[in-house]
Order: sequence, then structure tokens, then C-alpha cells
Amino acid sequence: MTGHTLYDKIWDAHLVKQREDGTALIYIDRHLIHEVTSPQAFEGLRVAGRKPWRADANYATPDHNVPTTTAERSQGLEGIKDPVSKIQVAALDDNCREFGIFELTMDDQRQGILHVVGPEQGATLPGMTIVCGDSHTSTHGALGALAQGIGTSEVEHVLATQCLMQRKAMNMLVRVDGSLQAGVTAKDVVLAIIGKIGTAGGTGYTIEFVGDVIRSLSMEGRMTVCNMAIEAGARAGLIAVDETTLEYIKGRPLAPTGALWLQAAAAWRQLRSDEDAHFDLVVELSGDTIEPQVTWGTSPEMVAPISGQIPDPAVEADAGKRSNIEQALEYMGLKAGTRIEDIKLDCVFIGSCTNARIEDLREAARIVEGKRVAENVELALVVPGSGLVKKQAEEEGLDQIFIAAGLQWREPGCSMCLAMNADQLGEGKHCASTSNRNFEGRQGFGGRTHLVSPAMAAAAAIAGHFVDVRKLL
Amino acid sequence: MRKYITIEGLVLPLDRNNVDTDFIIPKQFLKSIKRSGFGVNLFDEHRYLDRGEPDADNSRRPVNPDFILNQARYRGVSVLLGRDNFGCGSSREHAPWALEDYGFRVILASSFADIFFNNCFKNGLLPVVLERETIAGLFREVLATPGYALTVDLVSQLITKPDGTTLSFEVDPFRKHCLLEGLDDIDLTLEDTEAIREFEQRWRQSSPWYFDSRPTAKADKTSL
Ligand code: SF4
Repeated sequence: MTGHTLYDKIWDAHLVKQREDGTALIYIDRHLIHEVTSPQAFEGLRVAGRKPWRADANYATPDHNVPTTTAERSQGLEGIKDPVSKIQVAALDDNCREFGIFELTMDDQRQGILHVVGPEQGATLPGMTIVCGDSHTSTHGALGALAQGIGTSEVEHVLATQCLMQRKAMNMLVRVDGSLQAGVTAKDVVLAIIGKIGTAGGTGYTIEFVGDVIRSLSMEGRMTVCNMAIEAGARAGLIAVDETTLEYIKGRPLAPTGALWLQAAAAWRQLRSDEDAHFDLVVELSGDTIEPQVTWGTSPEMVAPISGQIPDPAVEADAGKRSNIEQALEYMGLKAGTRIEDIKLDCVFIGSCTNARIEDLREAARIVEGKRVAENVELALVVPGSGLVKKQAEEEGLDQIFIAAGLQWREPGCSMCLAMNADQLGEGKHCASTSNRNFEGRQGFGGRTHLVSPAMAAAAAIAGHFVDVRKLL
Repeated sequence: MRKYITIEGLVLPLDRNNVDTDFIIPKQFLKSIKRSGFGVNLFDEHRYLDRGEPDADNSRRPVNPDFILNQARYRGVSVLLGRDNFGCGSSREHAPWALEDYGFRVILASSFADIFFNNCFKNGLLPVVLERETIAGLFREVLATPGYALTVDLVSQLITKPDGTTLSFEVDPFRKHCLLEGLDDIDLTLEDTEAIREFEQRWRQSSPWYFDSRPTAKADKTSL
């Protein structure tokens, strides 16, 4: 008998019922809720006269619409200028109150982006099934949890039944062996993976990331990798539990303590794939050859190493891909053959659930320390992932480094990752962004996003164009 | 959810790979706390020349005559023809809501993103995967033939072309059943209430650390 993958194990442990046609009912341990994808679900409950199955399995915080300037934030809800955003955040407060769901409200220092807050608070733990009406829920897979994004109908379904109705995905293994060069980070690893397998490469799979490079990453780095599993088409990314995981979780507010901790830790140590587990697809990369990555197009797979250049659609044999490249270059206002280092920037955004944890901010601060943001960079934002990340960064003096270099230091939230609040990228502007999506209009109408690591974004802020951060170290 | 019936409709050929959820419905429209009314903002950034805002009077906005949806011959479309990886990006169910609200009932593509695919079924939209070759053939035919319409029959899983030839397609039997009957997933799942309770009890015993309901501490709250 062949062994089981980590995904198989977590799936099997949560299987409530297997239907003959292949669909299954899976029990959900943790449901994370934010303001954008939940109002219609709560409304659905109300209309049907239903109650949450297990209110204490839910954990909520507003993140997408919250303002990030201190002046606005100090006014609470009233500080949200856009009336439609305000209604949405207020609706979350009201719904959580009505249905008895715990919420970190906007004025709570622990508030932040859900995918930063969940692990930080110990609300997401290894071996759990975790869902959220947000595709980047895959982030929590870094803790050895099966974490997936769901739609609003499913949000309502999970609230009402504590279960998800689903078919099991296939197993994919991505192995990154070797070691990373100085200046190359988790973000570069995951962009290189997406560059290799494409944005649909993981569709229908749960990806487990293994190999020396993955093992050597901090929890922050692992979260960055799993965060972007969805950008490779996979609903969930997973990394096996090890001592790094346990060390990260121990002492978190919602982590078990005492005898229960010892029991849980022993169980969690088993959360890895068996030696002889079967994977439907295996992809391998060598960490040694990964360079800092920069996306040049409108899909995360349109990525190149910093030493590279923008591809020429004329040499692309596949007609569909050719027209994709042409459309992307037109939108981005870029020409084939331009060196990545020659792309000029107007804006820099360091933030998002991909890269707004303390380690990310430290890396960026190290690069900008004692320097000044380039003249042509009009706007450079640093938006911590949570209030606690912000607090820690301030204790370490990172805020002062950023401010002295000419970057703005903001309050936590999604911010310009998707620009639902007031932080928007201007039309035609090029932005070096540590977020996860470079889709058309994602960071603002007509905005042009280039996805990079925090260190690369910081280096670009100083130079005014992309530079190889390895040369600065 | 309304019951799904046979669809006969004009086809819109949207010739792009990786049509993402921001393309389908830009984020500013996600601020609505309602479930309907997204159709006028479907493909907003391509359909109009200016920047859309929620609650704007869309009838007064300048439309982009080059965008295919705005061309007269595609008025009244209900079948969307796409390419690879349709619906990639976010989990926003606003994407299928917008498509459905506009009047689409079927999407034909060579592949779909997982979450989007799943969300379609919950909203009376039928996503159908066809071979790349087949899709390419359909694009050629639609573009060459104004008024090109298809009949999509979910019961027999057949698509009938204007010349009378048919294409068969696969659909998950369970989802097919739910679409045809207009079944609500929650009602279905609640039929298994007993099984869920049993599972929960066992799980609570074997993994009590997932059931910590320490009052998540308003008391810990530290204000800004
Ligand atoms: S930071 Fe960006 S990707 Fe992450 S949850 Fe917020 S909007 Fe989504």
C-alpha cells in the first residue's frame, strides 16, 4: 500500500461523509471572515432563519476597506470617507454582534489583514481545515493546515453547517532543493514556481512545497510561498509541520497551553507526507539558480529574472500566448526587449498578505536605511500587515528608517494591494508592489503593477527603477 | 435558486486567456452588501471608457465601442465563449453574480479556475469545459456568422450548433442534479445533521485543541 500525502491525511481526518458521486462533506475547524465577501452570506442566514452552527469556530476582522492613514483611523468607522466602504465595515460589526462571532474591530490593535492576523493570533493551527471567503486563504497552509478560499455561497454554507461540500483535489509536489543566494527570498521562489508552471499549472491540485529551500524558510517566508499557491491555480498550498512551525505557534494567544500543547504538538509532528506517498504531479526547481524576480505583464506568470528582459511576442509560437503578451505589453506601456532594470517606477507599495510581516519589513528597511527615495517615485507606501506587526516594527525603529528615507508609514490593512480603500495607484503609473496580483486595474484604474519581493521593492524605491538587490548587499 | 432549463442563446466570443475576476467585475463594486445589480458593471474597465463607481448612473457613461460586448450584433447574448483559465484570481462570487445578472447562463471555455468554476454552479451558471480545438472552431464560426446561437441542453449534455451538429460535454452528476432541481446546498447538507454532529463529537475528543473557545478576549483589546 502506498502512503498518504499530507493533504490526504488532513482530508481523511475531516471527512464527515463521502457521497457516491465523489463529492464529500468536510468538517471545517476555522472560518475566517472579512467585510467584503460575508454580508450576503449573513443576509442569507437571516432570510432562512438560520444560526451559525458553531459560532466560536468563526473569527472576523475588517481589512479590505479600512483606511490606512492615522488621521482617518483614529476616527474609527467615521474615518472611512467612502460611504459604501463604511456601510460594508459597519455591516460586519453588526453581523458579528448579531450572530455572536468574535471580531477584531477596526480600532483594535490586533486588527490587520486576516491572513496575517490568523497565524499571529494562533487562530489558525496545524492540521486544521480553514476556509475564508478570500482566495489567499491558501496562506495558512504554511502552518500545515488545509486552507482554502471559498465563495460567498460557501461562506453561508460553512456558517450554517460547519462543513464544506467538495471533491478532493489531486496531489502535486513542488520541490525546491539547494539553497538561495543572498538577496533572493521566498517571494522570488514562488514567482519562479509560477513562471515555470503557469497560473493554471496548479488548477485541480493541492500543492505541497518541499525541499531544502522550503525547510530553510522562516514561517513568514513559508506564508509568502503558500499565499501565492492560488496564483499558480491551486486552491491550497501546504508545508509540512516541523520545529520551525511549532516554535512559531507556541505561546500565541489561541494556541493550546500546558499538557494540551504537548499533546497537540505530538500530533502535529505527524503532519507530513509519508515517504512513499503518491503525487499525481511532481515539479522540481533548483534554489541556487533562482534570481530576484519581477513581473512585467498582467498575470503573475508573466515574470522574468532581474537580469532578463521583456519577451518579444513575435517569437512566441502559440497564437493565444502571443496575443496575451501583446495585450499585456499594451496595457503596461512596455516594449519587447526592454531590460527589466530599465523599467522606471512611479510608485512603490510594500504591504499585503503576501509580504507585510515583520521579516518583510525588516528586509525592506535594511535596504533603504540611510538612503532617499528617488525623485521620480511619487508615492512609496509601507503598510504593515497587522497592528501587532506595526507595533513590533516601531519597537525596532523600522518606521523611522522608512520615514527618514521618504516612505510613508501607514496603519494596517489591504490598502493598495487591491485599492478598495483610498490607496490607489494612478492611471498609467508603474508600481513595484510586494502584493500578489498584477491584473489590469488591480491596484487602481489603469495602474501598472510589477510584483517583487520587499527587498526588491525597497531597492527600486531608492533607484527609481528596478535594480538587482544582490548587488546592494 | 431557479431551476436550470435548456438555454438557447447568442454567443459572445471573448478572445482572451486568463480572464480574471478583476476583469469580470472590478473591486470597487464589491463594496455592495447586496447580491444583485452587478450586471451593469460586468467587464466595467473594458466596457466603459471612464472609471466606474458603485451607484453611478451607468447609462450616462461613455461606452467603449471597441469592446466586443458593446457591438450591436452581440446584444442579448447569454452564452459566453472563453479560452484558457477563465475566472482566475479572487474568490469573489460577485464575478458569477455579474455574469448571471447580465444575462449569461452558460460559459464555454477550455479551462476554468477552480473557485470560479465552483461558484458558477451555486448561481445558476453552467461552466462547460471543451477541448481547445473545439473552442478554437467555435471562435471561428461565431466570428464569421452574425447571429450565431447555440442550444445548450443540460439534461442530455449536448450543445447544438446552428448547422444541427452537436457537441457533447461532461458535467459532475451531483452538480447537474442540483442545477436541474434548483437545490440549495445548505438544505442538502443539513440532511446530514446527524453525521456532522457525530463527527464533531469524535473530533472534539481526539483533537480538543481545535475547540478552544476561550472568550477571544475583548479583555485583551488594546486600543490604537
Ligand atoms: S492583502 Fe490583498 S490579496 Fe491579501 S487579502 Fe487583502 S486584498 Fe486580498
